Amino acid sequence: MTTTADRRSAEIGAPRTRKEDRHLLTGRTRWTANITLPGMLHLAMVRSTVAHARITGIDTSAAKRAPGVAGVFTGTEIADAQGASLPCVWPVTPDQVAPPHPAMAVETVNFLGEIVACVAARSATEARDAAELVDVEYGELPVVTDLAVAAADQEVIHPDLGTNRSAHWVFDSAAAGTGGDVDSAISAARESGVVVERTYRQQRVIPAFMEPRSVAVDPTGEQTTVWSSTQIPHILKLILAMTTGLPESKLRVVAPDVGGGFGGKLEVTPEEMITLVVAGRLGKPCAYAETRSESLMGAHHGRDQIQKLTLAATRDGTVTAFKVELTANMGAYLGLTTPGIPILGAFMYNAIYKFPAYRFTCDNVFTNTVWTDAYRGAGRPEATFAIERMMDELAAELDLEPLALREKNWIRHEEFPFTTVAGMEYDSGNYEAATAKARDLFGYDDLRAEQAKRRADGDPVQLGIGISTYTEMCGLAPSRVLGALSFGSGGWEHASIRMLPTGKVEVVAGVSPHGQGHETSWSQIVADRLGVPFEDVEILHGDTGVSARGLDTYGSRTLVVGGIAVVKAIDKVIEKARPIAAHLLEADPDDLEFANGTFTVKGTGKGKHISELALAVFLAHDLPDGVEASLDAEATFDPANFSFPHGTHLCAVEVDTETGRTTIRRYVAVDDCGVVVNPMLVDGQVHGGLAQGISQALFEEALYDENGTLVTGSFVDYLLPSAADLPSYLTDRTETPATSNPLGVKGVGEAGTIAATPCVVNAIVDAVRHLGVDDVPMPCTPQRVWAAIDQARERSAARPSGGAQ
Amino acid sequence: MKVSMVVDGVRYSDDVEPRTLLVHYLREQVGKTGTVVGCDTSNCGACTVHLDGRSVKSCSVLAVQADGHEVDTIEGLASDGVLHPMQQAFHENHALQCGYCTPGMIMQSIDLLKENPHPTEQEVREGLEGNLCRCTGYQNIVKAVLSVAEASSS
Repeated sequence: MTTTADRRSAEIGAPRTRKEDRHLLTGRTRWTANITLPGMLHLAMVRSTVAHARITGIDTSAAKRAPGVAGVFTGTEIADAQGASLPCVWPVTPDQVAPPHPAMAVETVNFLGEIVACVAARSATEARDAAELVDVEYGELPVVTDLAVAAADQEVIHPDLGTNRSAHWVFDSAAAGTGGDVDSAISAARESGVVVERTYRQQRVIPAFMEPRSVAVDPTGEQTTVWSSTQIPHILKLILAMTTGLPESKLRVVAPDVGGGFGGKLEVTPEEMITLVVAGRLGKPCAYAETRSESLMGAHHGRDQIQKLTLAATRDGTVTAFKVELTANMGAYLGLTTPGIPILGAFMYNAIYKFPAYRFTCDNVFTNTVWTDAYRGAGRPEATFAIERMMDELAAELDLEPLALREKNWIRHEEFPFTTVAGMEYDSGNYEAATAKARDLFGYDDLRAEQAKRRADGDPVQLGIGISTYTEMCGLAPSRVLGALSFGSGGWEHASIRMLPTGKVEVVAGVSPHGQGHETSWSQIVADRLGVPFEDVEILHGDTGVSARGLDTYGSRTLVVGGIAVVKAIDKVIEKARPIAAHLLEADPDDLEFANGTFTVKGTGKGKHISELALAVFLAHDLPDGVEASLDAEATFDPANFSFPHGTHLCAVEVDTETGRTTIRRYVAVDDCGVVVNPMLVDGQVHGGLAQGISQALFEEALYDENGTLVTGSFVDYLLPSAADLPSYLTDRTETPATSNPLGVKGVGEAGTIAATPCVVNAIVDAVRHLGVDDVPMPCTPQRVWAAIDQARERSAARPSGGAQ
Repeated sequence: MKVSMVVDGVRYSDDVEPRTLLVHYLREQVGKTGTVVGCDTSNCGACTVHLDGRSVKSCSVLAVQADGHEVDTIEGLASDGVLHPMQQAFHENHALQCGYCTPGMIMQSIDLLKENPHPTEQEVREGLEGNLCRCTGYQNIVKAVLSVAEASSS
């Protein structure tokens, strides 16, 4: 037996390398698309080639005669089995309207790439060849892809709804009693202060996980097994059951190795439903793996909002009100959480600041595009972009130092806990400390001096400094809050611990990681708290047959909600073990101390390690009367509050004013995610988050043409950055423990993405603001940066006096 | 058409359709599912293998083009349970998260160092331009490759 003496003294905070790496490094992987079963059929989807049409006819006869084809199915043929609609679990208002969203289109198609038929064949190649033979006739309808045009309701996409507007959602601080009246504060500022008004576009982006989605269904036997490349096996199981009418107990859902998600696999997909239905119909295992082009056109997108913003302040830079009027593109349908994504941002536009008045309105609007839904940050990146861009604009308007302006308005360290104007209670934070550290690492003053020199010299390559002092709400979520927001689920998480007779420990998790490293970080928590070797802990997850309860992985919740469930379950194990240890040590339970995995009788050297007790319980030869022969325990944890990580990011860019090209010269991220379980994993999360945030600022945009064709439908046209496109990041941390959970931890999975986008755009605008530029629309391509400079010069030249600043 | 090739040290002879891509042959007929498909336009590099010791994207090679040649995949890298230095470096530097790009990234990194044993950071970044990762922001991948280069020079 391993003794506790040689165990690391501090698992929490150790940069342990990952225990889940080896199979990924050696290609011994279990991706869903690797699964083959005897007699398995492969599916190919026939997707609409038009963005809006009535289906007037489908001829499947040639496809049915093709070699190897076992079946061809249209929406009409599987309409009953697939149910009326895939679910949206987040009706944000009582009067929200939405069209039914059948997995396979039945009467109409509403975006290009929607599935209209499905072929099942012996091989994927035969299925794809046959899919080419399916002849679909469309009666084309007017296509609306532009968000502003759709919001005007000139063409109504879903005639039964009578409007393209799905919902109108409002938060008003005066009505909520959390602050003052926005309009009167803005009026006052127009008289004697300053009002900054801007409209920003959050362009549409694509999650673009590296593993395309795939699903395999085995309908043989009494219980149907679904393997899916999903973030949410538990939710998927429940919803497949509720939608099809299959008993929940007849379904088992497995998420094996899952190659990234970023919110993109937080969905119950048409492909999953169709594969389940077709497998059931044919009685054979069926598998479907999408191509990248199918993924880009048919898997949900993210962002896509227009933000009309009004920020009011006094002349000394004290913000008096912030008004946000949002228009959010739902796409053609509502996915699992589509309408709630912009609403998740509603509580974050006030960010780290003490605003006295705040109003947020959101119009959710349909267009003929694939639906939007969660993408890393989901609502909070958009909010953070808006406020951090606006704070820079206000600083420019008042000619104040942008960091000083922020400090003037932010919640000071000693003011926590602090209830914000959006009604959130921030438990802890230290914006001063994070900012001071970031400034120092960045060399802020030196870079400002260099910037001044380059401006004075008229250098064609100008330097800009971007700031993002962000916070975010994550760790989804207190169930009662989700209830108040009409979300169709709780926010708890579940874990159970199995103490095996050999001393090994199995942790059954309700969350479903897909790259985050939870097997390692949770093993550290268990090793620390239960006093067993790190190597002896096994984390089981992603299989509803093993993990009965769970709400899966998204919203930076896994550690701060699921990890706490593990802690609670460990504590129960220890308490179950205590009377057994006392019995075996012939001591009073109250005389026992538990440390490093061992119960010791106070004042003696006598002790029993938890693994010895696990064996004693297995044997059950000598247990106290009335004690069950098990140390196993389970716990469900429902957080009392969200988690509020924060940080200060600083970015220096060089902008070539002659070509518009932006080069990131330095990026410093100082994040405060509370107590860190594994700093190496935290850095990894931040790096990846930064890449996605920077990429929204500089590179990525999902573009539809006027016919509703996704012109960025492959990685040739959708610019996913490579190593050569991205800089090296300098990351560091401050540590202000969360007070809302026993580990003091905060979520970190989305922070980088949330902070980075405004940081980069602020830097670009800062580089060329002296030329008259106050905005560059994202992505800030060389062409757009150059055009912004050129237009500013033209405006400047057109002024009668000339040369005025 | 008949093809015959050595994959990870074992000779295979099979019938393939002429249009069969090497990656599909490896995955579906040889069973090398460690090599994965990430796109359909040769952009992502997830399917990178070695053909006669040089990296290729196995989605842009026909199986028949590999006839008579040697193919090495991620599955053949470790020997007797000992990881290849590049695999070990990816592990130690936390250069993988979801792991989907990892097989291709490792195969490309090995070839990169073969061509340029002592690259600068920028040369590593440019050498990996054809391999996409969505999780790591590349920082630790670059670090891992540089660490292998450094170890071989010391």
